[in-house]
Amino acid sequence: MAEPLRKEDPIDLIEDPLLDPEPATERPLRWIGTPFRRVDGRAKVTGTTKFADDLTFPRMCHVKLVRSRIPHGTIRSIDFSAAEKIPGYLGCLTGADTPIPFGILPVSMDEHALCPDRVRFVGDPVAAVAATTEDAAYEAALAVIVEYDSLPTIASVEQAISTPEPRIHDYGDDGNLHKKVSMRFGDVEAGFAAADRIFEDLFFYEGNTHLPMEQHATVAVPEDDDRVTVWSSTQTPHYLHRALAKVLGLPASRIRVIACSNGGGFGGKSDPFNHEIVAAKMALILGRPAKIVLHREEVFYCHRGRHPVTMRLKTGVTKEGKITAHHLETALDGGAYGSYGVASTYYTGALETVTYDMPAYQFDGIRAFTNKPPCGPKRGHGTPQPRFGLEVQLDKIAVALGQNPADLRLQMLVAPESITANWLQLHSVSLDRCIEAVVTGSGYRERWGNLPEGRGLGLACGSYLCGAGLPIYWNHMPQSGVQLKIDRSGCVAVFCGEAEIGQGSDSVLAGIVAEVLGVDLSDLRLCVADTDLTPVDLGSYSSRVTLMMGNAALQAAERARDLIAKAVGDQLEVPADRLVFAERRVFDASDPSNPEKGLTFQDAVIAAEARFGTLGTVGSYIPPRSPGKYRGAGVGPSPTYSYSASVVEVEVDPQTGLWRPVHVWIAHDIGRALNPVLAIGQVEGGVYMGLGEVMMEEQAFRRLPRHLSNALVHKFPSMLEYKSPTFLDMPPVTTYLIEDPDPQGPYGAKEVGQGPLLPILPAVANAIYDAVGARVDQVPIHPHMVLKALDAKKKGGEPRYGPKSFPEVDFGETLIVPTPAQGGNGTAINEFRSKLRSGMRGVATGTMSTRDEALRQKKALTTKLEDR
Amino acid sequence: MPPGWTSLIFDVNGESRAAIFPTHHTLLEVLREELALPGTKHGCELGECGTCAVLVDGRPILSCLALAADMKGKKIETVEGLQNGNTLHPLQQTMADLGAAQCGYCTPGILMTAKALLTENPSPTDGEIRAALAGNLCRCTGYHKIVEAIEGAAALLRGEDWVAPREVLYGAVEPGREG
Amino acid sequence: MLRLPAFDYIAAQSIEEAAAILSGEGAGEGSAEAAAQGQPSPVRLVAGGTDLWPNMKRRHQSAKTVVSLMEIPGLSDIQATHPQGEIRIGATALLSDVANHPQIRTRYPAFAEAVDSISSPPLRNMGTIGGNLCLDTRCTYYNQTEDWRRSIDYCLKEKGKTCWVATSSPKCLAHTASDAAPMLQALGARVRLVSREGAGGGTTERTIPIGELYRNDGIDYLTKRPDEILTEILLPAEADAAHCRSAFWKLRRRGSIDFAVLSAAVAVWVDAGGVVTKASVVLGAVASCPSVAEEAGAALVGKKLTEESVKEAAGLARRVATPFDNTDFQAQWRGAMVEVWVAGALRGCTAGDIGYGSDRVHG
Repeated sequence: MAEPLRKEDPIDLIEDPLLDPEPATERPLRWIGTPFRRVDGRAKVTGTTKFADDLTFPRMCHVKLVRSRIPHGTIRSIDFSAAEKIPGYLGCLTGADTPIPFGILPVSMDEHALCPDRVRFVGDPVAAVAATTEDAAYEAALAVIVEYDSLPTIASVEQAISTPEPRIHDYGDDGNLHKKVSMRFGDVEAGFAAADRIFEDLFFYEGNTHLPMEQHATVAVPEDDDRVTVWSSTQTPHYLHRALAKVLGLPASRIRVIACSNGGGFGGKSDPFNHEIVAAKMALILGRPAKIVLHREEVFYCHRGRHPVTMRLKTGVTKEGKITAHHLETALDGGAYGSYGVASTYYTGALETVTYDMPAYQFDGIRAFTNKPPCGPKRGHGTPQPRFGLEVQLDKIAVALGQNPADLRLQMLVAPESITANWLQLHSVSLDRCIEAVVTGSGYRERWGNLPEGRGLGLACGSYLCGAGLPIYWNHMPQSGVQLKIDRSGCVAVFCGEAEIGQGSDSVLAGIVAEVLGVDLSDLRLCVADTDLTPVDLGSYSSRVTLMMGNAALQAAERARDLIAKAVGDQLEVPADRLVFAERRVFDASDPSNPEKGLTFQDAVIAAEARFGTLGTVGSYIPPRSPGKYRGAGVGPSPTYSYSASVVEVEVDPQTGLWRPVHVWIAHDIGRALNPVLAIGQVEGGVYMGLGEVMMEEQAFRRLPRHLSNALVHKFPSMLEYKSPTFLDMPPVTTYLIEDPDPQGPYGAKEVGQGPLLPILPAVANAIYDAVGARVDQVPIHPHMVLKALDAKKKGGEPRYGPKSFPEVDFGETLIVPTPAQGGNGTAINEFRSKLRSGMRGVATGTMSTRDEALRQKKALTTKLEDR
Repeated sequence: MPPGWTSLIFDVNGESRAAIFPTHHTLLEVLREELALPGTKHGCELGECGTCAVLVDGRPILSCLALAADMKGKKIETVEGLQNGNTLHPLQQTMADLGAAQCGYCTPGILMTAKALLTENPSPTDGEIRAALAGNLCRCTGYHKIVEAIEGAAALLRGEDWVAPREVLYGAVEPGREG
Repeated sequence: MLRLPAFDYIAAQSIEEAAAILSGEGAGEGSAEAAAQGQPSPVRLVAGGTDLWPNMKRRHQSAKTVVSLMEIPGLSDIQATHPQGEIRIGATALLSDVANHPQIRTRYPAFAEAVDSISSPPLRNMGTIGGNLCLDTRCTYYNQTEDWRRSIDYCLKEKGKTCWVATSSPKCLAHTASDAAPMLQALGARVRLVSREGAGGGTTERTIPIGELYRNDGIDYLTKRPDEILTEILLPAEADAAHCRSAFWKLRRRGSIDFAVLSAAVAVWVDAGGVVTKASVVLGAVASCPSVAEEAGAALVGKKLTEESVKEAAGLARRVATPFDNTDFQAQWRGAMVEVWVAGALRGCTAGDIGYGSDRVHG
C-alpha cells in the first residue's frame, strides 16, 4: 500500500496546446480567469485519485451496521450468537459502547453512533459487527437478531402536529415540532393594506436526496498511544474531528481526520455520521484498521437531503408591480434527527429578501420530527423550496398584472450595497445583467406567450450565499486558514483544511497561490483536508470555499510574496514594489529587458531564506460582521451573494401530461470566474440537479395499511428507482458567466456551486404554464399532475395541481424587528422575552471582529515578527 | 483449489495477472481487491449506475454483475490501462482539460465506455455519444462537458486538430458585450 | 459493497450437462422437486446474470448451485434457415448482438428496437435474449434488499403472507418487465424448451408459442418446468417485414436504464388493398405476464388502419391492462396511457415506420 497521504502525485504541467488562455487586458494574469486544467484532473482520469474505499491497510477488517427494521420503538434485546458463529467474525458494538450523543449543530446533539435504547426510523443503526472480510461482515450483520417494542410512528408534518406525544425526541420547541420560528421585519400589515393586489399561493416541494455516485466510506487506523487516523469521504473533516473527539472521549490532538477526495457530496457528506464514529471506535477496540463502506440503500438512510416543504406565500403588490409586503410560511418535514435542521428552517426564510425589494417581510416556519431518515443540507440548503414558491408566484403576478415577467422583476430588483429588511448586507448585484442575458439569449420578450400550444418559456431568478457568515459552533477563530511553506527547492507547499468534493476547490487554492507568486501549478504541492497537518477550514458547505479559502490563500501568498520581494529588492537594489512575480521569475517590472534585474523564483526564495531564515506564511479569513443582531440573524448573512437567472424552454404533450426541457439558458453573477471552464461545469451541474429535482427525483416513503403493519419505509432506496437524469434526459444548456468583480471575494470571485440550481425549478413550472396554461405548484412535476390541471381547466376549474392546505400550527411569539428603513438597529424590540426560550442563542450574536479589524491586528503582529 | 475458490490468470490491460479468489466474487471485487486495480469504482453493485464499467473483449460491461471466474481467456481493460506510458489517452486529455471529471468517480466507467464507442465509431454524433453513454450516470457535470470531451478526443484520434470551442471554455458571450 | 452470497458454480459445456444438473442427476444437487415444493431452488440457471445476480445480492433469490449456460457452444448463434425463412436465435445470444443483427434489423425491425430499448448499453452487452424472456417479475415491494424486505415482513412473492400491492389479492401482482416478450408474442414467435430424458444423458424438447410460456401470476409466471431450459427462439417467416408491419412503444421515466412501466407491441398483417387480415396487440408491464389485447386485434381485422380504427382498437386494449402501484409513475395515469401508447404503435404501422417511444414527448 502506498503512503495514503493525498496530493503526493506531481501536479500536471498545464502547457496544453488545447487550451488557449484568453489574453487579458491590463496586467495579464497567468492563471486567474483562464481555463487551466484542474490540478487533480490527471489523477481523476487515470483512476489514481484515492477515494476512501480505495484505501487498504494490513490486517484491515470490515465493519457493517445493523440497522433498525422498524420505524419507531425501543430496543428490547440484541442477540449476536448467530453472528458470532460466522467464520471471520471479530467483534461487535452496540449503543452501550458509544453513549455520548453528537450532532452537527450544538443546539441539536441528538444522534448516537449506535442507538442506545430507541430507534427512530427504518435504517437507524443499532449495532455494528466486524469481520475479516466484507462478505463475512455482511452475513454477520444479517444474522444479528434485534427485538423491539414498537412505538406510534409519525410520517408527516400534519401527524407531528396532531401527535405531540409520544415525542420522537425529548427536546424541541413543542411536542414533535423540533423548531418554531416567527419573525416580522417592518410593518407587514400596513404593507398589505397599501397593496393594490394581494396574491396567496400554496406550494409543495417534495424531499430529494444527493445521490452522490460514491457511497460513503471510512477507514480508521489505530496508532500507538490511543491515537487514531480516520480517512473518510466527508465534506467537513473539521466537524467530523470535533464529533469524533466528543464521542470517543479522546483529546482532539490524538485524532487525525483526513478527508479523501469525495466522489460527489452536494451536502450529503457534511454531517458527522454514525459509520465514521463506529469505524474509529471499532479500530480502537480491535487494534486493527477498520473499514466501513455503505451500500447504496444505506446512503439513502444517511440522507440529510432536501427537506420536503409545504409553503404558503402571501404577497402584496402595487398595480405597477412593486412588492409592498411579503409573508412566507414554511413547514419542513425534518425526519428523525436534528442534523442541520434548525439552520435549514431559518434558511427557508432568510434569503427571501435578497433578490427583490421587499420593504416589509414576515417569516414563519416549523420543522417537524418524523420517523424517516433525517433531512439536512442539499445544494441550496433550505432555499430552493421558497425560491420555487416565490418565482412561480411572481410569474402569476406578472400574468395577472399584464406585465412581462422579466420586466416585472427588473423593476423590483434590490440595490447593490443595500441592507435588506431582514438585515442582510448586500454587495455586488448583477441580477439585472443575468436577466437581460437569458432574456435576450432565449428571445423571451418576443417568444413568451407567443409560442404554439405545447411549447413554452419560463423565467426565474435566484441568489445564494458565498459562505455562511457564521461558523456552525460559536467561536472567534478564522473560518479558513492557509499556510505556505517555501524553501530553497523553489517548491511551494500549500496547506489548507479545505475538502475537494469535485467542485474544484484544490484548483482554486492552487490557482490563487500560483498567480500571486508567479509560479507554475507544478511548482506547488497541495496538502489539504488533514486535521493534523493543515490549518482549519470549516469545509465544503454553504458555497464558502472559493471566497473564504480564497481570501486566506491570497493573504498567505501575498505575505510570502512580500517577504521574498523584500529580500530580492535588497539584493538587486530595486524597490520591492517594483518587483513582479511572473513566469517563475521575480524581476523589475520597469526594466524587463535587463536580465540582471531579475532572479528565477527559486533563486528569489534562496535570497529570502538566507535573509529571513525558514520561510512560512499564513493567511486566514473571518467574514465581516453582519448588521443583523436579532435572534436568528445568524442564518443568512454572507460576505456577499451570487445571483442567477434562467429561462427554460419546455415541450408539453397535453394528451399525456409528459413534458421535457428543450433548452436552458442560464446566467450566473459569479463576480469573477477564477477558472471559467470549471465554473461552467458547476453551472451545468447545478442546472442538471435542478432539472432532476423538477423532472423526477423524490425521496418518497410509504406506509403499509395500518391495520396490517406498522411499516414506514423508503419507497425505493436504489439507483434504479430513485430516478436521476441520464445523458439522454439532459437538454442543451447555454451558460453566461456574468463577471462583475466583487471586492469581497478573491480577485472578485463569488460562489458558483449552488446558486445556479435555484432558478431552474420555478423556470420549468413557469414554462409549463406558458406551454399549456396549467400550473403545477409542486415538484417534481409528474405527468399526471399536468394532466389533472389540464382536466380541471377543461371543466372550467382552476387549471392548477398542488397542495390545497397548509398545516394548522402556532408558530409561537413573533420576533418584531424594525427594518433599516424604519430606523432599526438590527435588534428585535421584543428580544428579551424571546431570548428566554432561545434555540439559537449565541449563533446569532455576531460578536466576531470584522475582517478589517482582524487583518489590522494580524498585520501588526506579522510586522512585529518580521522586524524581529 | 478448495471448494468455493477459483484460481485464474487474468489478461488485464495486456498483462497476465494471477489471482485466487472466492468463486462468487465479481470481476469488480477481484479487480479492486485481488489485482490492486482500484481505479474501477462502484456506485450500486446492482447494474443500475454504470460506474463499474470495464471492457471485456472490447465491449463495455458492468464488472459488478460479472463473475471473475468467467474471465478465462477474455481480454479485460480498465482505466489503469488507458494511458500509453506517461502519455494520456486523448479521452483522458480532453476529459481532464474540460473539467469533465469533477468528483471523478464516474469517470473511469465513462472513459472505458467512450473508448469502446470511439473504436467502433470514430466520428460519433452528439446523439450517438449520448446513446452509448446512456447507462453511465454522473451527478456532477450535467453531462455536457463529457460529451464535448468525447467529441474532442474523437477528433484527436482521427488525427485532426482540435481546440475546445470558446463557448465551452468561457461560456456564451453576454448579449450586448460581444466583440 | 453489496455482494453475492457463496454458491457452487458450474459452467456447463453442453445443454445435456446443464439439463442433467437441473434434473438432479448431474454435478449439482437435485432441485426440481424442491423448487416444485416452493423451497428456495438449490439449482439455478444463469446466462448474462443481469437479473439473477442483483436478485441474489438482494437475497430474494438464492441458490446452492448456479449453472451457467454461457460456455455452451452454439447456444448464442443467430441464423436463418434460408434468406426468407424463420430466424432462430440461441438463448444466450447477447441483447446487443440481437439488436444489431443485420437480418433481424431488416426483417424484424420492431423486435430489434424492442431489444435495443432494454436496460442500458453495458447491460445489453451482458444480458441475453433467453434471460430477458425468463426475467423475474418485478415489484417495488420485492426488488429490495433483505433488510428492507424484513422491515415489511416480506411479501407474498417471497416468504411473506401478504401482497402489499393489493392486500386483498390472493395472488402476487408483480409485473412482467421483459421488452422482448410482448414483441415476440405479437410477432407469433415460438420458444424451444429442453429437458433431461432417461438415464442415458439424452434430452427431450418441446416447442411452444411464446404466449404459452407465461402465466398471469407474479410468483409462478413461467409455465416452463424447473427442469426445462429455454434454448432457442424461433422468429416466424410470416412476421417478416415483407408481410407484417410492427411497432414497439415503450414508456419509462428516463431515456435509458429503466424497465418499461408500459409497453405496446403491435403486429399487423394487411392485404393488397390495405385491409387488415390479422392483428396482434400485446401489452407489457401492466400485468404479471404480457397481456394480449385480443379484442383490440380482432377489431382491426377487416378494416383499414385509419385514425378511427386505431382509436377503437386502442380503447379496447386499455381494458386488458391492470397496472398497480408497484413501479414508477402513478398507476392510474399508466392505465390511461395504454390507449395513447397502443394508438401510437398502431399509427407507427400505418406510416410504415417503427414507432419507439419512451418518455419522449411526441410533438
